[in-house]
Amino acid sequence: MTNAKITNIRPDFALITNWVQTKAKVLDLGCGDGTLLTHLHETLETTGYGIEKDDANWLAALKNGVDVIQMNLEEGLSGFEDQSFDTVILSQTLQAMHNTESIVQEMLRVGREVIVTFPNFGYWRNRMQITFGTMPVSKSLPYQWYDTPNVHLCTINDFDDFCVQHQIQVIERKVITGGQDVHLLPNLMGNLAMYRLRKYSA
Amino acid sequence: MSESNSVGIVKAQVAHFTQPLTLKSGAVLPQYHLTYETYGELNAAKTNAVLICHALSGNHHVAGRYSADDKYPGWWDNLIGPGKPLDTNKFFVIGLNNLGGCHGSSGPSSVDPLTDKPYSATFPVVTVEDWVESQARLLDYLGIDQLAAVIGGSLGGMQALHWNIVYPERVRHAFVIASAPNLTAQNMAFNEVARQAIITDPEFFDGDYYNHGTVPRRGLRIARMLGHITYLSDDVMGEKFGRKLRHGDVKYSFDVEFEMESYLRYQGDKFAGEFDANTYLRMTRALDYFDPALDYEGNLSKALSRAQAKFVVISFTTDWRFSPARSREIVKALLDNALPVKYAEVTSDHGHDAFLMPDPYYHDIMRAYLEQIKV
Repeated sequence: MTNAKITNIRPDFALITNWVQTKAKVLDLGCGDGTLLTHLHETLETTGYGIEKDDANWLAALKNGVDVIQMNLEEGLSGFEDQSFDTVILSQTLQAMHNTESIVQEMLRVGREVIVTFPNFGYWRNRMQITFGTMPVSKSLPYQWYDTPNVHLCTINDFDDFCVQHQIQVIERKVITGGQDVHLLPNLMGNLAMYRLRKYSA
Repeated sequence: MSESNSVGIVKAQVAHFTQPLTLKSGAVLPQYHLTYETYGELNAAKTNAVLICHALSGNHHVAGRYSADDKYPGWWDNLIGPGKPLDTNKFFVIGLNNLGGCHGSSGPSSVDPLTDKPYSATFPVVTVEDWVESQARLLDYLGIDQLAAVIGGSLGGMQALHWNIVYPERVRHAFVIASAPNLTAQNMAFNEVARQAIITDPEFFDGDYYNHGTVPRRGLRIARMLGHITYLSDDVMGEKFGRKLRHGDVKYSFDVEFEMESYLRYQGDKFAGEFDANTYLRMTRALDYFDPALDYEGNLSKALSRAQAKFVVISFTTDWRFSPARSREIVKALLDNALPVKYAEVTSDHGHDAFLMPDPYYHDIMRAYLEQIKV
């Protein structure tokens, strides 16, 4: 991989890399063209698989040398054994899932750790647009209300509550806007939410 | 006629084996021969060989034509040739007719050198395991230690899979296409009906029809008609024929009324004229018996624990005879062993037959993966 490619990597990918162990076995759900897995492999010598539904993305992932499984995440991860991966990643796909609750449970079943990232609907710019009477359209939510694949948008507060309700331990949470960490009023000031999760051990 | 990306005019070859082959059934073939074809050149290091395993009615004639005016090319010609997804400028491709076949290799219709008569019904029942063993011997004969890839669809996919169980060190990449780790009861049921059609044909004579000067054409024809229904999807039959009438209006008869009937009869007749009934019985039995997990407490993951190849598993959405769910079982076993695997579920209307068709996405996958293989 060229250096240019590394520097051009999505900011959340660079942060995800910090949450993955060297030589970890990784499962990337909705892996797209496999950029993240390739990056993880080249920086951390990880192994693992990607899951991708779309033909063009699947083929692009194959060309990137990724072991990619073509399947629909909505059907769960029944082909994967319990706790068979170190880290299971779902980056910016949660909001487009129909079976949101079950995919998070499935990820926690298959992975010892789970990384989830999603656009924060509570970000002030989104709130502003709603205040002025329109659905939010932005760089992180680039769709119109009538053509959006996003069916389960949530705020950081919503997801925190979700984790409490589902006995999910938040190991780390990071909120970023324009590539910068947000510490003050994250649910208002944060554009992208990133969670590192695991099941609460009994 | 000259096709720019065809392997061109090809010729079958025959390899004779005198070392006895003990079959899974316990029967022994004291000697046998295998008919095969090759395309492309074997490189000096012998690292570019690709074995094509055929399905139920396939054979060694995978690509090219026997003469310039040969009407049809080999059965997987759309995949194989210079510049095609399986590029013969890079790979040395081997196709063979499996034991028990009727296209040149030792089988029921070939002459038993011990008696100078066709083996007839005495030719033993052969299995996927027996085929892989005979294929390994063919590789020995050709001086090839390790395959760059083994590729098979349907029953051929079972052979490709089995290679990794018995000769894991001899396979670098394995393509298991439109296949299954074993047949379901429903799938075996179709085979049983096909066999019954043949066995109950009065011209069958317990498989000894060669010596009675007959051919159990009727049985073979029905077997093939049944097969064809199961290789197509409801949708594709609907698109192709729907309820179209052959003669514009109904005749209130049992002759061909609907286009679909005409198609099935044509396919049945064509097949009955060129295939051997005893071979058909054996091929369907090989399908039925294949169940590699059986020796491993029913655990396919254990069966594949010695595998070391990189895998490509492909299924087709409307294939109900070898459904995507069955391919996913193979994928799961590979995942359980942390083996490299790429699994594609190709959207196609063409049912089981899709694996022989030049679907753009399917062929893009084959091309992109095969290009990555280093030889």
